[in-house]
Order: sequence, then structure tokens, then C-alpha cells
Amino acid sequence: MLDNTAFDLRRYLQGGGHSYGVWLALIALIVFGVLRYENFGGAYNISSFLNYNAMFIVISVGMCFVILTGGIDLSVGSVAAFTSVVAAYLSPMGLQVALPGAVLAGLAFGALNAFFVVAMNIPPFIATLATMLGAKGGALVISGAQTISIDWTSNFTKLGMEQVWGILPWTIVITVLVVAALWIVLERSSLGRVVLAIGGGEDASAMMGLNVTRAKAFVYILSGGCAGLAGVFLASGFGAGQPLEGVGWELSAIASVVVGGTLLTGGMGSVTATVAGALLLGLVFNILNFENGRGTISLSAYWQMVIRGGFLFAVIILQSRLARAAQKELH
Amino acid sequence: MSMASTVCSQFRFDPARHGALAALVVILCFNLIVTPNFLHTQTLFVNISQVATIAIVAMGMTIVIATGGIDLSVGAIMALSGALAPLIFLSPFGLANPGLGLAAAIIIPILAALCCGIFNGVMVSYFNVQPIVATLIFFISGRGLAQVLTNGNLQTISNPSFSYLGTGKILGLPFQGWLVLAIALVLWWLVTRSMFGRQLLAVGGNERAARLSGIPVERVKIGAYVICAGLSGLAGLIVVAINSASDAARIGSLMELDAIAAAVVGGTLLQGGRAPIFGAILGAVIIQLVKYTLLANGVADEVALIAKAAIIIGAVYLQQGRRD
Amino acid sequence: MTDLIEMSGIGKAFAGVVALRDASLAIRPGEVHAIIGQNGAGKSTLIKILTGVYRRDEGSVQMAGEDLTISTPREAQDAGISTIYQELSLVPLRSVTENVMMGYEPRTRLGLIDWKAAHARTREILARFGVEIDVTRQLGRYSTAIQQLVAIARAVSLDARLVIMDEATSSLDDQEIETLFSVVRELKKSGVAVLYISHFLSELYEICDRVTIMRDGRTVATHEVAQTTRLGLVSEMLGRDASEIAAAGQTALSGERSKPGATLLEVDGLGTRTGLRDVSFEIRKGEIVGLGGLLGSGRTESARAIFGLDKLLRGEVRHHAAPVIDTPARAIALGMGFLTEDRKADGIIPHMSVRENITLALLPRLRRFGAVDRARERELVQGYIDALQIKTSGMEQPIRELSGGNQQKVLLARWLALEPEILILDEPTRGVDVGAKFEIQSIIRNQVAKGLAVLLISSEFEELVEGADRIVVLQDGYSVTELQNPGITESALIGAMVHHHERLAS
Repeated sequence: MLDNTAFDLRRYLQGGGHSYGVWLALIALIVFGVLRYENFGGAYNISSFLNYNAMFIVISVGMCFVILTGGIDLSVGSVAAFTSVVAAYLSPMGLQVALPGAVLAGLAFGALNAFFVVAMNIPPFIATLATMLGAKGGALVISGAQTISIDWTSNFTKLGMEQVWGILPWTIVITVLVVAALWIVLERSSLGRVVLAIGGGEDASAMMGLNVTRAKAFVYILSGGCAGLAGVFLASGFGAGQPLEGVGWELSAIASVVVGGTLLTGGMGSVTATVAGALLLGLVFNILNFENGRGTISLSAYWQMVIRGGFLFAVIILQSRLARAAQKELH
Repeated sequence: MSMASTVCSQFRFDPARHGALAALVVILCFNLIVTPNFLHTQTLFVNISQVATIAIVAMGMTIVIATGGIDLSVGAIMALSGALAPLIFLSPFGLANPGLGLAAAIIIPILAALCCGIFNGVMVSYFNVQPIVATLIFFISGRGLAQVLTNGNLQTISNPSFSYLGTGKILGLPFQGWLVLAIALVLWWLVTRSMFGRQLLAVGGNERAARLSGIPVERVKIGAYVICAGLSGLAGLIVVAINSASDAARIGSLMELDAIAAAVVGGTLLQGGRAPIFGAILGAVIIQLVKYTLLANGVADEVALIAKAAIIIGAVYLQQGRRD
Repeated sequence: MTDLIEMSGIGKAFAGVVALRDASLAIRPGEVHAIIGQNGAGKSTLIKILTGVYRRDEGSVQMAGEDLTISTPREAQDAGISTIYQELSLVPLRSVTENVMMGYEPRTRLGLIDWKAAHARTREILARFGVEIDVTRQLGRYSTAIQQLVAIARAVSLDARLVIMDEATSSLDDQEIETLFSVVRELKKSGVAVLYISHFLSELYEICDRVTIMRDGRTVATHEVAQTTRLGLVSEMLGRDASEIAAAGQTALSGERSKPGATLLEVDGLGTRTGLRDVSFEIRKGEIVGLGGLLGSGRTESARAIFGLDKLLRGEVRHHAAPVIDTPARAIALGMGFLTEDRKADGIIPHMSVRENITLALLPRLRRFGAVDRARERELVQGYIDALQIKTSGMEQPIRELSGGNQQKVLLARWLALEPEILILDEPTRGVDVGAKFEIQSIIRNQVAKGLAVLLISSEFEELVEGADRIVVLQDGYSVTELQNPGITESALIGAMVHHHERLAS
């Protein structure tokens, strides 16, 4: 018999269930890009690609936790827009204030979602839809519907520009740290196990004496915090707080989570596969940009939305097949 | 007096059931006292023409929610149909044959909307995708498609027949008001009297039992999404007709929220099984009046968003209480 | 000796409806204690108060002489009370280890979960029950029986002093029940008390020491099991005279046996993905065909396949010699009905009225210009309410407000309204009180006398033996033999179910 306690790469890649396809697709796309475009594998493209996608990775991982409990968080985009404004306002006081301040604002929105869902028993998508509206309104109110420039003289600018050890920008380092921490929480802490158990069966989890309330509150607050951090990255990337940004981000995040093989109904999924999903989605657009650059195709920005929808469609169909196959195996 | 007291004793205030009506009364009273010129016919017309689109989409949303689903794509479908209409009668064909062009400009966008509805319905019923996610696909790509079609440009139109949809009057009241009434009557008949309606509520009430009783669950669900999409398409046309212009980025933006809010405020249960059509209209009126009240009293648009969010949360919260 | 658990004077009301009044329960350490009572007697409410799911309105709960305040299942677990519910309260998507250890995982020094230790501990606990499985696999990949044992393993691993088993055997076959009983005896030996809730009186005599009887939210009596008789227990449970019940010994299904008529349905070599391998039998006009077999033998699965709910891999279902039924809608159109086992999940539409529930399957025939013919609908519904004596305040009353027995009658009316040729009844009297049970059985018998053919599935041997003209015995997805009435006895049926099993195995 196999020793099941040993590290099982295949299982790990499958994210505890299925769909290690996301890694294969990611590798295939990278190989394709490297072979086809001259600058694709260059340090500049890699660094700017990661820098740009850091915020999507962060919100996707937060979303992953919410979806694992069988919930959904539609407010991440507007919350990030809101906190980007907060970060811009706080930037004169330096990174050490702006970063925690914006994350705190995100956590507060997350707490609001948690309150709606857990204490008021409102269905997650309605609750987070309302928060999406509220955060959007809030962002417009505090910014006066204008982009708010960051303070270029403060150390806030370091976030996106200063490179740690001369290679990676801070955004990427922070993202890696956050992902690693959340991976540990999901795989190695009992809180993470409760999150997974809730998605597998909320009533059963409660009957087992698990603290369902706490875990559900945790995932929404976490997702809010991740959106808050994404807002900081947004402000740093664009050099300004962007109250109008964030439209459709929830879709990207959901798509990343789903591409990563997490069941939309919850109970099964992984942090690392979600990151792979986010990278895969980002890479599709990166490659489209290169194609546009070569002049072989010419797609307006509007096509991005259409393609994003199409991609989500393809992934959902794929997952519904996988889920059906898994179901057959279970019975 | 004695009659009044018997009525009072029979009428027990239940915030979940009568909350919407009470809210309407409060808003009306507030406006009568505070808002200047509230009793003008102009105010009435403005509100009717704006509430019409919300009400039409909200009725469609009510039908979808009755199956236990949700449709986030309504705003995007409005944008799509709204973008198609001017494209058609500004095309060489439309300019050459004004009559045919007008007919095509109304029929084709609605047909396109119905196709989106079929897509949503098939995703939900045959592919078992959760409604939120299935309709998220068009929520994002539908508007993108509209922008691709128009290249993101604003299209202005001046076609008096088409504009009738938005500005016409019958018996002194806006045409859309009558349209809402007509649609409501048809849908009310459909829900309460027709076989489809019974099947719809059965599917929402207990899908497995409905399937066992021989009800074609998939077709019923697709039907619901098609109705909702068709009504959204119509609403898109009305918006274009009112504005005499079509901007794909803005038509129906955030309409899904208004529609869900209106349906929920009107008493639709999110878990399905009920479809109060006139409740949806009541909900739409409340949403519109709140928006109008804030605007007329100089409160910024953005704050109105927050107010809307609060209404949604409040309505759903009260509804949860009723379920237990 | 102090009682382990002493509940006294417990009262509880839900929205003004009294569920418990002055209920009491005393459990001694290391005993197996049964609670019996009809549906609605208050058994599960009492237990949910004990386990912290509900809060009591009045009364006191003591554990080993000390006042106990429990407000969540977690607190109950920490106090040493573990519950195994009727519906499995585990998470099938997660691994066996997670299900056993959830909430109590062993930690490494860093405070993180030590998976190696967790797996080892789980294996060790399961081994005590003679279960050796791959604990890292998803729980959902194992059989219901294994899952049930995992639930018990979880309870034991929490150092429970009291294990509550709520209808634990209802989804197990005989062999599995035997395993469960040996686990119960094992628990008892190690000083753990077991509170046992079951509808099956025979189980009670097999493993329980004492029994508490409840009726109408009150505790009627507590006895040593050895000093009771079945008749005595039943009479206390029902609040009726023992002699009265003895006289009514027969079920209402038995009666005149008519000559079976023409063949209506031929089931030929069915195989499905749900576990049917080769099931064949036929149903003739005016007879009741029983399906006998242990749980998992393929009874409900056969019914589903015949009704077009599950796809056939092999074989066919011929109706009047013509194939084939592939959807419920088609089955209904051909004159079939299917009263399902799970009333709540597959039967009632809770928001809808009695009227709408009765005519649900009949809708296509009530259609007039796309609308429902309401006059005809009302007339028809009133007819069935009268004929089946459905107790309701009116046909517009939502079905969710009716009692279980009356809901079942409404569902029966739904199918009878179709005037079907063949009616499949899956556990038609499960979970309804004795009175409604007799009524439902006699309704069925009357319809059969008029020519209805019935396919009957029942876990109550009595109902099957007395009711069916023939019993088709199923085993592991095969139809193995057929017994003919008169002449079937319970022991003959059980014998047939087991005997063939051995033959197949060899």
C-alpha cells in the first residue's frame, strides 16, 4: 500500500481533487509564449506581468476561501477601488501607514459582509452585491469621483518600483508571502479544515461541533482584507487611487478560482491551484497583447470583456463535466 | 368607527408582508412635505418613464427568481439590444426601408436578447451551472459585445416612430406606463392561471418533486430565463428611445441590482416558489422613488447607491425572518 | 448510583405550539437506553435539547449530579455527549481522517495540524471496530455503513460518556446492523452510556437495558426492557388498550385476493449505473407485487429505473409489450405513478396548497387553452380530499402545515388522480402514525380491488408479507426469486433473501 502520509505530488497538483490541468495549461502557455515572442521570457515582461497580476492573485486567493465555504464575494472589485483611494489619501504618511490603513478598510468591508451573511443570514451573493454597491458609492463619495494621485515624494512609491534583492518588486514579495501564509492556513490549520468542511456540508459541520460561524466570518473578512491589499497594489501600479476601477474583478477572481479546480459549491479546492488559475488568465491577456503587438490580430480593449466571458464559459463547461465524472466515481 | 376598529383588529402589521406598502406610504408622505414640486404632473411623468424600465426587468427577474435562480445579465442584455437597434436603422438597409427598418430594429434586438436567455437557461438547466455564475458570463461579455459592435461610440438617433417607445403618450400618460401594465397583466395571468406558471412555481418550490411529477424542469427553467432576457431586451430599447441615443457602456448599467432589489422588496422569495408580479412593480416604484427623493433633495448619486444597498439588505433580512 | 443524565420537567414550545411538557429522561452510566414514541411524541426535540441544538423553556438537565448548561453541539461534545444523527452528519467530500478528527486535530509544536499523527490515530480508532480502510480517501467513496461507523468512531474518539444514536440502523443492512450492535456492546463494556432511538422494537429487545416511552410531548413511563412485552410497549406508545391492538393484528393491506389480470408491465434484465445488474419481473392488472430485499439490494433503484428516472445500461421496460419508458413524463403519460420514499425531498412542494400539490402530475390533462381549468381542478381535488379523508382546513391550505400522514395522503391523491394503471409505492407508510397507516393501506387495497396494479417497496416485512400477492426478491442488483402468496411468511421471506445470497457468492 502507498504511504499516504508522504508528500504526494500528483494529489497536491490536483488541489485535493481534480484538475491538475491548470498547471499543464499554464506550462503549455508559457512554452508557447517563450517560443513565439522574443521578449516574452525577458525580465521586464515577467516582472511587469507579475506586478500587474499581483492584485488579481491576491483577490483570487481571498475569493477561493469564500467559495470553499460555498459562498461568493461579489464586492472585491469595488472594495479594492475604495481602498486604492484610501491608500492614495494616506500615501503622504508613508507606506507604513497607507498599506495597513487600506488593508484595514478592506477588512472593515469584509466584516460588513460577514455581518450580513453570518449574523443577518442574508444569502452571500445578495449581501456582497449590496456591499459592492456601498463600496462603489463610498469610493465615489470620498474621492469626489476623481482619481486621487499618490504622494510621489513618499516612500509609498517604493512598493511598485523598489526591487527586493534587485529583481522582484515589493508587490510580488508581499503577494508570495500572503499566498504562502494562506496556504498554511488552509492546509495546516484547523480553521482551514473547518472552511473546507463547511463547503462539504454546513449542517453536518455544525453538528460535528465545528465553529461554523467563526469560519464563515473569517472567509469574508479575509476576502475583504485581500481586496484591501489589492487596492494598495492598484494605487501603486497606477500612481493614483482609482474609484472607478474594479468593475468585473469579481468575475476574474471567480474565474481564477474555478480554473484552479475549486468546486463552485465548495468543499474542495486549493490555494496554489487558484494562483495558477489567476496566472493562466493573466497570461492569456499577456499573449493577446503580444499578438496585437505583432500585428497579426487587432483586438480593441472591448474584446477583453468578451474573451473573459468566453473563457469563463469554457472553464465552467469543463468543470461541470469534471464534477459529473467525479460524481460518477463517488457513487 | 366600529368598522374601522374591526378592520384594524384584523390587520396585524407584519413588516415582511406589509413593509413594502408601508415604505411606499412613508416615502410619499416624506416627498409631499419635503420635496418641492412633487405633485407636478411632470414629476409623475419622469418617475413613470424611469420606473418603467426597472419594473419591466424586475418582472422578468421575479420569474427567474421564482425558479430559485437569479439573472445577473439583465443589464448587459439591455446594452446589447440597445446597441443593436440604432445599428439596424442607421444601416443602409434601415435607411432605405424606414418601415421595415423600424420593425427590424425592434424585432432583431429582442430576438438577440431571447437567444441570450436561451443560453442562460441552457447553462443553468442542462449544464447545472449555478445561476449566479452562468449569468455572470453575459454580465461581463454581453456589454463587451455591445461595445465591440458599436466600437464604444455613442449612437444618436432621430426616428420619431422609434422614439414613441420612450416618449409617446396614451390618454396623457407615458406609453411605457401602459406597456408595464400590459406586460404585468400578461405575466400575472401566466403565473397564476397558466400551466406554465404552475410548473414554474413547482420547479422553484421543489425541483425534484416537480421532475418526478413529469414536469419538464429544464424547459420551464429555460422559459423563465428567456422571458427575463426578452423583457430586458425590450427595456434596453425603451432606454434608447427615451434618450434618443445609445451608449453601450451605460445602458442598463447596474440594472441587475435594481431588478433584484425590486423583486425582493416586492416579496419574491430568493429560494424560489413565489412570483408576485405586482409586488415587483411595487418594489420598482419604491426603488425609483428613493432614487428620485434623494436626487430631488440634492443628495449625490453616489449616496443613492449606498441607500439602494441598504434597501436590498433590509428587504432580504425581513424576508429571512418571514421564512422561519 | 447517580444517573449520568437526569432531565426533568422539560418544557419546550415552538411559536406557541407545545412540543414538550414535563418531559423527563434518566440515563444511568454504561447502560443502553431506548426512547420510543410515535412521530411527534417529542423524542427528537428532547434529544436536541440535550445536545444543545434547541434551548429548553423550562426544566433542568443534570449530568452526574451537576447542572448542565449546553447551548451548542460543540459544548455537548466537550461535556462528553456525542450524537449520531439519522441523516449522516459528516462531510463526504473530505477524507475519513478529517471527518473523525475535525475540530480535534493533533498539532505539531508550531500549532499546525500534524497530519501524520491524525491519520495514525484515525486508523487506530477504526481498527477497534474492525474497520481497516484508507483513511486519506474521501469519506463519500465508502458505503453508508462504513460512514455510519466512522461517525461512531468520531464519537468514541471524543471520549464520549454518552453516545446518542438517532435511527442509526435505518439505512443499514442486517449484517451491518450486527456490526453496529457489537460496537454498542463494546461501548457499554467500557462504561459508555448509549441512548438509542429506533422505530424497530426488535432491536430494542436485542440490545437495550431500559426504555423510556414518550407520547404527546410527555414522558409516559420508563421500564426495564426485560420486564416488558411488545404489546405493552405499543399500547403505552399509542395510549390505547392492549387488547384493542391485539385484535387489529392484521395490516389493512391483507384482504380478498383477486385473480390477477393481463400483464401490464414487463421489466426485462435491467442494469443501471445505480447498482442494478439484472432485474426482471412483470406486473399484472389488479395485483400487488412486492419488492423484497435488504438495503442496497436495488429496490428503490428498480422503481426509479422503471419510472424513467435513471438511465438504463441494459434491458428494457415494456409497457403493454411496447417499449420504452425513458422519462417520468412519459411514464406518467403511460399511466404510471411513483410515490417516493422521501416525502420532503421528492414529494411535497411546501409553499403550494393542497390543491396545487394534488394536481401537480395531472396538469397536462387539466390544460385548457394553456391555462389550468380551475373549476374542474377544484371539483377533482375536493373529491380526493373527501375520499381519502385528508384532514385539512381547506384545499387552499399550504401542504407544509399538514401532518406527515395527511401529506402522504395528498401525495397518494396526486397519483390516484391520474387514474393510473400502475402505481409504485416506495415505503408508503414510513414515518406516518398508526392511524394514518391503516387508512393508507386500506385506500391502496380498495384501488387494487378496482384493478390498480401496485409495485410495493416496504422495509416492514409485515406489510410486505401480508400485502403482496407476489414478492420479487432482490439481491445486490439481481432479481433472484419470486415468492407467491398465500403462503409467504416473514421467515420464508428473510430466508429467501439470505439463502440466495450464499448461492450467488459461491
